[in-house]
Amino acid sequence: MTADQRTAGTSGATLAAADAVDRGDDPARAMAEDAAEHHLMTINMGPQHPSTHGVLRLIVTLDGEAIVKVVPDIGFLHRNFEKIVESWSFAGIVPFSDRNDYLGAITNEVAVCLAVERMAEIEVPPRAIHLRVLFSELQRIISHILFYGTFGLDLGAFSPFMYAFRDREMGYALMEKATGARMLYGYNRLGGLRNDLPDSWFRELERFLDYMERQAWPEYMALLIENQIYRERTIGVGRLTPEEAIAWGASGPILRATGVAWDLRRAAPYLSYDQFEFDVPTGKNGDTYDSAMVRMLEIKESIRIIRQVLRILPDGPVLGRVRPNIRPRPGDYYSRVESPRGEVGVHLTTDGGSWPYRLKWRAPSFCHLQLIPLMARGAKVADLIAAVGSTDVIMGEVDR
Amino acid sequence: MNILLYALLKAVIVVAFLGLNAFVLIWAERKISGYIQRRYGPLRVGGPAGALQSAADILKLLTKEDFVPGGADKWLWTLAPAVSLIPAVLVYLVLPIGKTVVLQNLNIGLVFFASVTSFTLLGIFMAGWGSNNKYSLVGAMRAGAQLFSYEIPLILSTIGVVIATGTLTLQGIVEAQAQHHEWFVFPQFVGFVVFYVASLAELNRTPFDLAEAESELIAGYFTEYSGIRWAMFAIAEYSNLFTTSALGVTLFLGGWHGPWLPGWMWFLLKSYLLVFIGIWIRWTLPRVRIDQLMDLGWKFLFPLSVANVLGTALYLMVR
Repeated sequence: MTADQRTAGTSGATLAAADAVDRGDDPARAMAEDAAEHHLMTINMGPQHPSTHGVLRLIVTLDGEAIVKVVPDIGFLHRNFEKIVESWSFAGIVPFSDRNDYLGAITNEVAVCLAVERMAEIEVPPRAIHLRVLFSELQRIISHILFYGTFGLDLGAFSPFMYAFRDREMGYALMEKATGARMLYGYNRLGGLRNDLPDSWFRELERFLDYMERQAWPEYMALLIENQIYRERTIGVGRLTPEEAIAWGASGPILRATGVAWDLRRAAPYLSYDQFEFDVPTGKNGDTYDSAMVRMLEIKESIRIIRQVLRILPDGPVLGRVRPNIRPRPGDYYSRVESPRGEVGVHLTTDGGSWPYRLKWRAPSFCHLQLIPLMARGAKVADLIAAVGSTDVIMGEVDR
Repeated sequence: MNILLYALLKAVIVVAFLGLNAFVLIWAERKISGYIQRRYGPLRVGGPAGALQSAADILKLLTKEDFVPGGADKWLWTLAPAVSLIPAVLVYLVLPIGKTVVLQNLNIGLVFFASVTSFTLLGIFMAGWGSNNKYSLVGAMRAGAQLFSYEIPLILSTIGVVIATGTLTLQGIVEAQAQHHEWFVFPQFVGFVVFYVASLAELNRTPFDLAEAESELIAGYFTEYSGIRWAMFAIAEYSNLFTTSALGVTLFLGGWHGPWLPGWMWFLLKSYLLVFIGIWIRWTLPRVRIDQLMDLGWKFLFPLSVANVLGTALYLMVR
């Protein structure tokens, strides 16, 4: 644990808890002792709490309403992904990777596929590449819609959540028609996609995009983003500087909110992203308002990308010829994609065997989770909840 | 003997209305929030548009296990729901429902109302302290700060009306509005706005629901409550929602005064209109933060209500 983290959000007084984390102990006891010494209160938020986004546990030391210290505790959704896949075939990793970031399943699959396809030199037909872009962006829209809803919920506005679910349901209906599943698709295969889509599906998709752009998006803005109470609750809250965000490995909307225009779709184009025109929305202050706004604008950019894909989508097969037994070339392979939450990286090491020697999953949520104590510096309890909400952490991805 | 009988009758009427009001408002809140959120709300329990939902809710709460948490301070914890319900019942005493329909026409009706409602805080604080739960405690402390800060602008905002009419009886205030055919919402518009905002805060409803902020404190001061004890808090809350709206109607919207319909009907119509607006606001706005809440109370509503009192007094003096 670095010196920075020790003092983040503290007056420098409570160090025993940090030592407990270093030792691998439960920090709650040490924090409670610290707190009693300084007449503070230690509250255990989660893993069962209405707004911890899954099974995140935050151990919070409070001085009245003010936050003195936050220690996130993880590991309640650990499924041993990285070790299990060491005894799995390469094709089997793809559907399992869905479960990491379960709101960005397609982008997870794409990340794995890109790594394995590079390793085994598998050709992917152009239609499949474009469709992967399309599904990545559709996934991004659905994920950002949910972010909008839950962020409103964290700030105490219940109704935007129901509006978000109305539209998310439409997105999931589209996904279900295409892939047969609503959240965990298993749609990507090594060498392409599982099945092609009927024309009617594309027409339905266009209707969904029109609806999102003309009706839903303005409604989102009017319901929450333009609200004065919302603005006062978010502007200047959970503020990060670009240097901090980069130093802690932030990516995605959190990094872009600080003004750094880093988007892998633009910075290191994969699939066919270099063929499409889109903007990379950035914020200025790096606060929760900006990171929410970046996501809202990204919904529009994703719609724009999908429209361009539909325009140039070529005919042809969606699944290339893949040999049943992949012969990997020994070595290290790294692929990274821009998931709804940020940079998902897959580091694959093979020794030539038919399963991976080691697979490391770089989860953006894991990096963002470490930013929460920083974002909650000198804040109130309500700001902590807003900060957690704005990082949009997915615990499945953090614990893996 | 007669006096005792009358008292009993009044008590029965109030409690019956309390139940009926909760019955209607539980359903109405769920139904209205449903339509605000583009869903149907209760639909299947029975009656037209799921109207028996409230019956099902109440039945469920009544039949739940009476559970006392191990670390709780038993006396405080068990008494708290009653303490917050009693003031909710008492205020019905002075509500002028019609020209001659009022349970007890106290000559200090407004003062009675204000003093009795401040007791709610006691119940909330007992619940928060007695639960021996940190979330409850934080919620209770929030409620304490909030109710105390908003009590002052709430009462000050009504003083403009009192100055204009020269009476503290609620009956007299309505009579004055009926005589001049002018509701006080027009000359006392600032007072009305301060009153309504402060009353929303007094009622612990979004955007001022900090004491029970779900996403932060789980349920605030009643985190540990369940079953009938929780229901008592809920009934008190719905009752307060109605009575505060009714007070607003009495002071600013002409009370039972209105054409064609009988007085009590006007009174109920106007009151439930304000209740509806409260529900509407609750399901539309996000929650403010504690420091913003205090800023709004002390730096905006309080000076505004003082200015309103002074302005009214000056106007009456000059005229």
